[in-house]
Amino acid sequence: MTELLQHIVNTLILGSTYALLGIGLTLIFGIMRVVNFAHGELYSFGAYALYFVGVMLGLNFFLALIVAVVLGCFAGALIEVVLLRPMRGADIDTTMLVMIGAMIVMQNGEQFVWGGVAKSVSTPFPELPLVVGSISVSWLRLFVFCAALALIGVSYLLINRTKLGKAMRATFQDRDAAALMGVNIQFIYMATFAIGSSLAAAAGALLGPVYVISPQMGNLASLKAFAIVILGGLGSIGGATIGGFLLALAEELGAGYVSSGYRDAMGFLIIIAVLLFKPTGLFARAERIG
Amino acid sequence: MRRAHGLITGAALAAAMSTALVTGAAAQTIKIGVNEPLTGPFAASGTYVVNGAKIAADEINAKGGLLGRKIELVIEDNKSNPTEAAAVAEKLITGDKVPVIMGAWGSSLTLAVMPKLMEYKVPMVVETSSSSKITTSGNSYIFRISPPSSVEATEFKSIMPSLGIKKADFLVINNDWGRGSAEDFGKVMKAQNIQVGLVEIMDQAAQDMSAQLAKIKATDSDTIMVTTAVEQLTLVLKQAAALGITKRIVTTGGSQNPDQLIEQAGAAANGSMHLTTFAPWYPDKTPDPAATKYFLGEWKKRGYAIAGATESFRGYDGIRTIANAIQRAGKAEPAAITDALWTTDFAGLNGQIKFQKQGPAGKESGQSMPNLYLIKIENEKIVLSGS
Repeated sequence: MTELLQHIVNTLILGSTYALLGIGLTLIFGIMRVVNFAHGELYSFGAYALYFVGVMLGLNFFLALIVAVVLGCFAGALIEVVLLRPMRGADIDTTMLVMIGAMIVMQNGEQFVWGGVAKSVSTPFPELPLVVGSISVSWLRLFVFCAALALIGVSYLLINRTKLGKAMRATFQDRDAAALMGVNIQFIYMATFAIGSSLAAAAGALLGPVYVISPQMGNLASLKAFAIVILGGLGSIGGATIGGFLLALAEELGAGYVSSGYRDAMGFLIIIAVLLFKPTGLFARAERIG
Repeated sequence: MRRAHGLITGAALAAAMSTALVTGAAAQTIKIGVNEPLTGPFAASGTYVVNGAKIAADEINAKGGLLGRKIELVIEDNKSNPTEAAAVAEKLITGDKVPVIMGAWGSSLTLAVMPKLMEYKVPMVVETSSSSKITTSGNSYIFRISPPSSVEATEFKSIMPSLGIKKADFLVINNDWGRGSAEDFGKVMKAQNIQVGLVEIMDQAAQDMSAQLAKIKATDSDTIMVTTAVEQLTLVLKQAAALGITKRIVTTGGSQNPDQLIEQAGAAANGSMHLTTFAPWYPDKTPDPAATKYFLGEWKKRGYAIAGATESFRGYDGIRTIANAIQRAGKAEPAAITDALWTTDFAGLNGQIKFQKQGPAGKESGQSMPNLYLIKIENEKIVLSGS
């Protein structure tokens, strides 16, 4: 029983960061139709930004987190303007190749700048975990959980309660109609990519101190983000959130009770099942065609 | 004019050829192939090994080289990927014509290279890999200076009683190295009447081992045997501490880089124990203190992180082993080097390097038996607790 409780606590914490990654990608994927292979690299970008600002420049940990997210936002906007804008109108495969190229360049760039030795970031949180009964959680992870939930809430409000969000949703439903109604599509695309990127960077900056920061950290993050988007359905924030928690749950329970060797396979088994039985994802709204 | 030019060229050529005949040997270098992961998940470790190898090559060249020629390391990146490792071996052998290779860090990488060695009959000194399969699969071009997990486990037997282990769980990386360690250590423990509980596996790229650790936390074991490299080990120690696990953690495999663990895992590393084959913290306890001190001095002089020393010494010893064999072979040819490797006998940084035969009769691989040390991290300091 305590083991199960511990697994559930782990799931909640892991799931919150998976959700962040998933929301970032689902926005980009859903609204822009860009298969963003560089999503994981923005995740590691966030982590390295935190390392640079927090450790090398010595800024306060919480301020460094905010700076890392802002930098991620700028990096995303830059990628959109430089790489994606000229590709507008190109088919989905072409932009996909561009993003694969961006991923390779970013990952090797990280290795070039920071070297292959993993970096770690120390935090102001106590080393001793919080122990409740037989369950224990590190303070850092608890903070990550709260921060991730807050960011999920902010994204939800942004998409559903602001004018920008409304324009983004309109663009998602029908790009041409939105453009005809006076929505500045260029700006919406840039904003979408920047917001999606900053969420990935936030996930990286939050998880960087929990794990270690290395140039390869983005690979698995990318893969999982895609899994979550498929699970939750394209363009759905609620879906990505639930998808994130579901993936974490499948991994935790799979590793805990089935086999730890197949931990990462568990999530993908669920995805295969989803694709077989409900290919639009568990929570996708019907998409208007044309 | 044209004729005069031709004459001069001819004379110059003749002169060049005659000097080449006299000093031909010196003009040409002896190439040694180095097949290591310089990018990908093992980039840090592979780079350390290559840096160690360069120290050895510079040292040998400063003393005049081998057989009157300088040695040249042809370093190639296998990208931490078995397919690439095999391709790199092919390139080194057929493209660069190296007579001998050092590589390829990980067991899965080395295993992928091995058929190429058979195909081209070129020997390889294995500096890091520890899967038992490498020396028992009947490849007579393999000469390993790192301990396989079976040797590590056997040597651990004499250290075990002092730890008073009753029941152990395993947490190992999901590759030939990790699974091999769990098997070999499990066997030795069972023979000592120590119970073996869970054997949990973690993917090579996994960053979150909380699920496995939560499962291990709930068992009645007193010890967790962990096999993986430093990056993942850092995470295991941090996550175990976060889950409030108080069981003893013993790590195997020799790629723990304890100084890096202390730096990155902080207090979470306290109390953890590590089996290593090199003890740079106690140079006087190593088999050749002078060589150890020279190596460490050179390592520091080049500005490398000291945490890398426990990994890089393998590269240093690997190149010295190869150079030693070439010197005795009298020529830089694969067959002569293979023969000479069998009669190697000199003090490496981690023990006497001397190859014993292992594997099926007639096509044995060479295996050297290094020393083993058990160190413990106490108050973020390294303490030698057994050897």
